[in-house]
Amino acid sequence: MKFLFQKYLQVMNKVSLIIFREYLTRVKKKSFIIATFLGPILMGAVMFLPTYFALNTQGNQSFQVIDESGLMGAVFVSDNEVSYEYISTNLDIAKSDLLENDVDGLIYIPEFELNEPQGFALYGASNQSISTLSSIENTLELHIESLRLSASGLDKEVIDSFEANIDLNTINLSNSGGEQESSSGAATIIGYIASFMIYMFVFIYGAMCMRGVIEEKSSRIVEIVLSSVKPFELMMGKVIGIAMVGLTQFVLWILLTGGISMLISVFLSPEALEMGAANSEMSSEADMMATALSALGGINMTLVLSSFLFYFIGGYFLYGALFAAIGSASDSDADAQQFMFPVTAPLIISIISLSLVLQDPHGSVSFWMSIIPFTSPIIMMMRIPFGVAPWELILSMFMLILGFLFTLWIAGRIYRVGILMHGTKVNWKILAKWFMTSD
Amino acid sequence: MGIHPLSLIFNRNMKVSKSIETTKNKILDLIKIDHISKAYSGHQALSDISLTIPDKSIFGLLGPNGAGKTTLIRIITKIIQQDQGKVFLNEEEISYDLVRKIGYLPEERGLYKKMKVGEQLIYLSQLKGLSRTEAVKRIKMWLEKLDLKSWWNKNVEDLSKGMAQKVQFIATVVHEPKLLILDEPFSGFDPVNADLIKNEILELRDKGATIIFSTHRMESVEELCDNIALINQSKKILDGSVKQIKEEHKQGQYIIDYMGTLPIKESFDVLNQTDLEGDLKRAHIKFHEASKPNDLIAQLIGSVQLFAFSEKIPTINEIFISKVSPSHE
Repeated sequence: MKFLFQKYLQVMNKVSLIIFREYLTRVKKKSFIIATFLGPILMGAVMFLPTYFALNTQGNQSFQVIDESGLMGAVFVSDNEVSYEYISTNLDIAKSDLLENDVDGLIYIPEFELNEPQGFALYGASNQSISTLSSIENTLELHIESLRLSASGLDKEVIDSFEANIDLNTINLSNSGGEQESSSGAATIIGYIASFMIYMFVFIYGAMCMRGVIEEKSSRIVEIVLSSVKPFELMMGKVIGIAMVGLTQFVLWILLTGGISMLISVFLSPEALEMGAANSEMSSEADMMATALSALGGINMTLVLSSFLFYFIGGYFLYGALFAAIGSASDSDADAQQFMFPVTAPLIISIISLSLVLQDPHGSVSFWMSIIPFTSPIIMMMRIPFGVAPWELILSMFMLILGFLFTLWIAGRIYRVGILMHGTKVNWKILAKWFMTSD
Repeated sequence: MGIHPLSLIFNRNMKVSKSIETTKNKILDLIKIDHISKAYSGHQALSDISLTIPDKSIFGLLGPNGAGKTTLIRIITKIIQQDQGKVFLNEEEISYDLVRKIGYLPEERGLYKKMKVGEQLIYLSQLKGLSRTEAVKRIKMWLEKLDLKSWWNKNVEDLSKGMAQKVQFIATVVHEPKLLILDEPFSGFDPVNADLIKNEILELRDKGATIIFSTHRMESVEELCDNIALINQSKKILDGSVKQIKEEHKQGQYIIDYMGTLPIKESFDVLNQTDLEGDLKRAHIKFHEASKPNDLIAQLIGSVQLFAFSEKIPTINEIFISKVSPSHE
């Protein structure tokens, strides 16, 4: 026993040396530092720019209105964003003046039948945005509807009192008898973010594993290292070292993104936020965010975060090992391309299937894809916010562990042969032969 | 104070006695290679190779490209597995723990390009089991010895090829291995560096290390090797001490400088003849009778004036070519 333990320590000591080399050389690289700082800035920009444009571009639009029907007086009311000016000139003259005046558009309301309203038009120098169009259409439709109602003898106020507005509260029942308020909106957002992060992480760091192996192989250092460690130890050291790089970057991103978005909200300050709230689109978005945030309490965030970490690492191990095996079979990045697609196909299929899973998070497709280890990291993260039975989660995690042990085993067998081969044209048949080669 | 002539004789005698000892195999064998075979898919890389490598000597593994030298070395270092046979180091079957103590310079060698020289050597020494402080101490010593002291903080990719090779050599010997395995150590070295490395190898041998090196170039062999093995097309063709092999491959050939006309006799053939200055000629003679040189001289002095007489001892290169060239099979 004591001997075995010493042996174990010795191996761990070597592997940890490899892990730290892989980790430190990457973390010290300029590209890592730049990506770590640029990532959150880009994310911040993605959050900040739409708000900025929404606040600044839509500002001051002005329209002229010609009302030949005489029914639409004072329907269009100016506010601090859009100004309406009723004019009584002839349509043809107004049209020809339009291009010279500094006006965004001309709303033309002809004489019309209440039963068959037709001939409305919006003239402008350029195309109007969909939101502008729909807001004008809405205004017209609402007014015509109320005109019709009063024509049929009904009072508008009576009608208004019939109007109902319902928010469906979704509540999940648990076996323990508790009730939990949930929100599919919040679940969707959290699921999407988690799934995409895992997808990106596996892709970026898997490829990093592959390039690391190719670099070791093409620089011919590998045989020097192999006189001190076993191929499998070298591969594991690399895979784990790069996982740590990924986790480091992830943690830094979270911290920096948090910091930067706080800074941005300070810059946008109360008045800017108020203006944003005044905008109808913005307010609906803000409403959604607010409901989503309030529903966060309904989603088990501890479970989401801890399973995120698990699938994050498990998924990376599963694919990272395969990427390392691809690297060992390639002399250059170009050589690796032929093996990339089949290996990454399950990842891509998972991402494409996300919308399917969303439609029915508890259906059989969702279930099986969240059990199969090649798709489970992405699919399960989409399902967890919607609530997953504990046995499904345990089965899925167990399968993922089996899955990455399996791919590590396969990858190790290919790696130990491939890493010493130079200048061979490798195809699937040769990979299979390497795999079968006895120890 | 000059060197006393006797000391020269004394030294020479020491050397002779040492090589005799080696031949008689009195010294322990450090490595025993026992019936090793290895096949890659459809191609036999090594067939039934058995060898012994004496302790504290320099052993040359010779053979043309593709003969199986690198395969044999990779089996000794456990980088690949043999199909059959065993390798023993000090009478113990070789294991990963033993391999880690070996100093191995592979034929396919390189370094991490983006790492600094010092950092890289520390990493490689730590993998060999040195502590960080010990590694730093020894690496500094070696860098100074090989004129690389100022390169500690430079990236490997900025090094010239020769400097990178010196760094690789340091990585091979830094943990003071008892056994050094160098695969084609001189390939790619410029003559100055090759000489430097040659001297380091000799120094390490004198300090008690055993060195195995493979090569397909023979110039270095006679200078360095105590023992050799010749491998061709996956088979061992011959092995033994350099001196003994040369002795065994003498073919009764002599070179003589003479004046006059050589007699025509059935007991010897004149292989070629050249004119030297004046009437002096040189001939290359093959003597058929397995008798002593004096018998040949006796047959010659009746007809010619002999000025010089020497036995032609084959070089390792000649033996190598004669054994390996297709006409010999």
